[in-house]
Amino acid sequence: MSFSLRVNGQDTDAEPRPGQCLRTYLRERGWFGVKKGCDAGDCGACTVQVDGAPVHSCLYPAARADGRAVTTVEGLARGGELHPMQQRFLDAQGFQCGFCTAGFLMTTTALDEEQLDDLPRALKGNLCRCTGYRAIEDAIRGVKHTEEPDAGQAVGRSPGAPAGPQVVTGTARYTFDVDVPGLLHMKLLRSPHPHARIVAIDTSAALRVPGVHAVFTHHDAPERLYSSARHEHPTEDPDDTRVLDDVVRFVGQRVAAVVADSEGAAEEGCRRIVVGYELLPYVIDPELAMQDGAPVIHPKGPESRIFRPENNVCGEVHGEMGSVEQGFAEAAEVYEETFRTQRVQHASLETHGCLVSFEENEETGEERIVVRSSTQVPFLTRRALCALYDLPMDKVRVVAGRVGGGFGGKQEMLTEDIAVLAALRLHRPVKLEFTRAEQFYGATTRHPFTITVKVGAKADGTLTALQFRVVANTGAYGNHGPAVMFHSVGESMGVYRAPHKKVEAYSVYTNCVPAGAFRGYGLGQVTFAVESALDELARRLGIDPLVFREKNIIGPGEHMEGPGGEEEDLHIASYGLDQCLQVVRNALAEDRSAELAPEGWLVGQGFAMSAIATGPPGGHFADATVKLLEDGTYDIAVGTAEFGNGTTTVHKQITAGALGTTVDRIAIRQSDTDVVRHDTGAFGSAGTVVAGKAVMKAANALAEQILSFAAEYARTPRSQLRLTADSVECDGRLVSLKELFEAAAGRGVELFGEGHWGGSPRSVAFNSQWFRIAVDPDTGEIRILRSVHGADAGRVMNPLQCRGQVEGGVAQALGATLFERVLVDERGEVTTAAFRRYRLPAYADVPRTEVHFSETSDAIGPLGAKSMSESPFNPVAPAFANALRDATGIRFTEAPFLRDHVWQALARRRS
Amino acid sequence: MVCEPTREELAPLASIGDMDLNTVTEIRDARRGGTWQPGDAWLGGGTYLFSEPQPHIRRLIDLGRMGWEPLTVTPDGDLEIAATCTVAQLSRFAKPAGWRAAPLFEQCCRAFLASWKIWNMATVGGNLCNGLPAGPMISLTAALDGVCLLRAPSGELRRVRVADFVTGAGAKDLRPGELVRSITLPARALASRTAFRQGSLYGLGRSGALLIGTLDPVDDSLTITVTAATVRPIRLWFPPGPNAAAVAEAVRDGIRPDEYFDDIHGLPAWRRHMTFRFAEEIRRELADGPVGEPTEETGR
Repeated sequence: MSFSLRVNGQDTDAEPRPGQCLRTYLRERGWFGVKKGCDAGDCGACTVQVDGAPVHSCLYPAARADGRAVTTVEGLARGGELHPMQQRFLDAQGFQCGFCTAGFLMTTTALDEEQLDDLPRALKGNLCRCTGYRAIEDAIRGVKHTEEPDAGQAVGRSPGAPAGPQVVTGTARYTFDVDVPGLLHMKLLRSPHPHARIVAIDTSAALRVPGVHAVFTHHDAPERLYSSARHEHPTEDPDDTRVLDDVVRFVGQRVAAVVADSEGAAEEGCRRIVVGYELLPYVIDPELAMQDGAPVIHPKGPESRIFRPENNVCGEVHGEMGSVEQGFAEAAEVYEETFRTQRVQHASLETHGCLVSFEENEETGEERIVVRSSTQVPFLTRRALCALYDLPMDKVRVVAGRVGGGFGGKQEMLTEDIAVLAALRLHRPVKLEFTRAEQFYGATTRHPFTITVKVGAKADGTLTALQFRVVANTGAYGNHGPAVMFHSVGESMGVYRAPHKKVEAYSVYTNCVPAGAFRGYGLGQVTFAVESALDELARRLGIDPLVFREKNIIGPGEHMEGPGGEEEDLHIASYGLDQCLQVVRNALAEDRSAELAPEGWLVGQGFAMSAIATGPPGGHFADATVKLLEDGTYDIAVGTAEFGNGTTTVHKQITAGALGTTVDRIAIRQSDTDVVRHDTGAFGSAGTVVAGKAVMKAANALAEQILSFAAEYARTPRSQLRLTADSVECDGRLVSLKELFEAAAGRGVELFGEGHWGGSPRSVAFNSQWFRIAVDPDTGEIRILRSVHGADAGRVMNPLQCRGQVEGGVAQALGATLFERVLVDERGEVTTAAFRRYRLPAYADVPRTEVHFSETSDAIGPLGAKSMSESPFNPVAPAFANALRDATGIRFTEAPFLRDHVWQALARRRS
Repeated sequence: MVCEPTREELAPLASIGDMDLNTVTEIRDARRGGTWQPGDAWLGGGTYLFSEPQPHIRRLIDLGRMGWEPLTVTPDGDLEIAATCTVAQLSRFAKPAGWRAAPLFEQCCRAFLASWKIWNMATVGGNLCNGLPAGPMISLTAALDGVCLLRAPSGELRRVRVADFVTGAGAKDLRPGELVRSITLPARALASRTAFRQGSLYGLGRSGALLIGTLDPVDDSLTITVTAATVRPIRLWFPPGPNAAAVAEAVRDGIRPDEYFDDIHGLPAWRRHMTFRFAEEIRRELADGPVGEPTEETGR
């Protein structure tokens, strides 16, 4: 049987395996532009064209491609000329992480006129988790947004992302887009039980499977306990996790790992492992888990830093400021309600995973291990691996390629630990790449919260007391559990002035898939509750909810106070909350969108606001260097990772501003433990305000050095010197940077600036969201008639990108507001482990959001900037709930607001 | 064409892998014949088979080269749809003038949760064999009085109405090794006026209720076919001109409470409500007129 296939004009005759899909066939031949997003035909990241027709290559039997011509994104450009659609995606920046972009390009280049007129339908088979689709629509429509700012003028303008050309041509290298000779594949056997002790494990049949090299079980794993969560200070998380444990605590926990020549052999090995379990009692409800007599999930000692293991309390906080009892007694109106948020998945399109290999450490000449990982925290992962396996730091290098989305999910060590174990034992390169299903039951989720809010106010609307009781379900492991809980009750309470405040919060173990870091880090859940409750209280008092907020929010110069005490290093170093509320007021004043509502539908409007610290507490560190290169261009080295957040663009802009040059004269090396001393990582909204500040300091230091050297070299007073794009202007004469480099080198001087920032003090960023919606009372269908967002990001470094962050945050939050939910059954087993069961917002689901930035400039952030990455998510769900309350008269207390549930609530009220 | 458990029946942890079907050792051209073996599966478009782990499958019997004419109008004016006809072919097919039911084809194609790109691969027969309540090719062919032609490995043929072929959520009247060869839609049904209603929890999402009304061109009788809301297609028949009460009564009496589908794509109560609503909308669109006595037809 002969097989032939033409891929991007190149013929191949390698026969595919019988059950192989076209996606893996193409990637095995180096066409890495073809991405794996879901492997189930839902997300479209793998779209290629077969004889000109777009297909999802993950579902296309490779054998069927015999005799056909396949075009991948790599084949779209012709003769060095980008396809017009590729250029449009660059001009509009129709991407963030870019993992979905190849699929969008291979789809949109095949659309006919009729389909271009109906994009919601034409794009229903392509998911983007980052952008919120506005940028993609603009790309398809040919709207150009990018700018090419002049030398020294980059800050505050909108140059495109440096990796854009690679993203649109399919040449950007994500985690798995490398060819490693001799690579072995790992697959994980996972627990079918919510709580069980492994009493026997027989791997002999698995080891007999041809191609299987090794099977790892708890017998092979270090005894050492750690947390998969990564923080600057590892003590923030309880040490409750083993690489492989002899007790499993949720359905889906890894039990064994099989390493083989192929994924197929590794899968077969997993199926042949025989495990004997002693079943243990389990609990999946956090309230029940806290009761006496509940199964104890982690019977561990104080060294694990679990607050009350005997009650499954992973962490807790109790505090009172003033006396809420007195506050409620003084109130004219008291409102109390319990709100619930669901389990949500990050759904970054690139799944978790890593490639572990070996190389020579050029500095020591010794062999070291290299972990190429889809991570937000390369440095903290190295630190954790060294601690786990007693390795010196120079024996481990961790690198992130371009990362296909994170959203907090990759502030975690979920694959590196076990892949490194195997690589060390076998001394062979090993790959572990999660499937989409594993993302749902083997990674982490947002913490489901139950929040009881009690709030009282005087008749004039002055708050008298605010009280929260919060129960966060951290699942089977405590990664991020206590920290999320602490954060959740911080700014959400601190942004309001009230004389009496009380908090009681618990992070509770259950036999469910672990929760972890997720955009907003607990704040979004509590913001949903408190913003809903304040809206309701204002209505009961007969006060406009906007006026009610304005009356009770903290002002500039005030401290965020809570019963946990104020955080010493938190300052409102710029105040745009009033402007965020004014955005809502303006929207209301001029709004005519109610006219768009279909006849008979209920119409309502509502808003919510939120505050967030511009970095995590306890320090967040970044080192950066900027140096002048031989050819007169610059090189930035910074540790933070790029996963579509756009920090790379901002770092270049800051550097270009400091050095008076243009962004195209700057290269950047990043997210590699080799390039700088340390970086805490790309989380806590730190990419611009922490890493960016370190870069700014390095760039300023370099500017200073260049000017000092030039003054001496050109014998010109410092005051007469000015940096330009590629030279130093010395009193009217240009000395090229190239010349300066040579001159400096000749004198043994390296022109090199270093910067460091410790992430403290921190400022506060603000957001507001307003919706007008229409509800069909007979079906529960909801249409968003208008969406307006106010964002106080300080001085906006890149308006195009920052707008994209806000739009993407709103879209992701709309998913969690409207329909996203990871469901578990009565044994805690995830039942929604695919995108067709777990609905992500598609093009048709996301309205355009008008984004208005406050005009502020922060005294702490670099060049006046504040963070704007997690926070746009937070006010969305309560704004929507408040609009729904306005439209229907019903207070919905449980997200998401699915049509069937909305209809049911309305029908129940009617009957 | 695949007699395998449906997506919804498979537990998420049923297997370790996805992407390639690594347990498959042979992809065999169905034209070569041979004995049906345990672990065999018919490969139609592959869009279901490749979307889920299938660790029990050893051979894919590929129907891709059968050369069956995708769509044939018979001398009697019936439409014979080959099981291997893709959704894209069905959508593009130029429907003869006189088929008043023509718009229904595109309406049902668009009712797929899957994108139009999947239409290039997914087959009509595959959608029937998945037997999902929300399978829009089931909705289409059940509503247009479709009859499946089934072929056993022995070559023996039998015919089953589509409405009887799907017997529950993911359950169908298909024996081991048997395949769907074609679905025939009679000329009389194709001449029907039709009305289409689809409801979903999401915009352009998976159907939570999909109802089709057909008005018989000869006797003006109305048939309402309920799918997606129910675990199997349920057809309600009315003499000409039923009133609102008659339709409501037929929905109430013709669909048992436990026949409303209960999964993540809609609460049974909401699906039931949508069924009443859509049935009445269809009645008004097609057959507002004098009172008629409802009768339930077929399906059981």
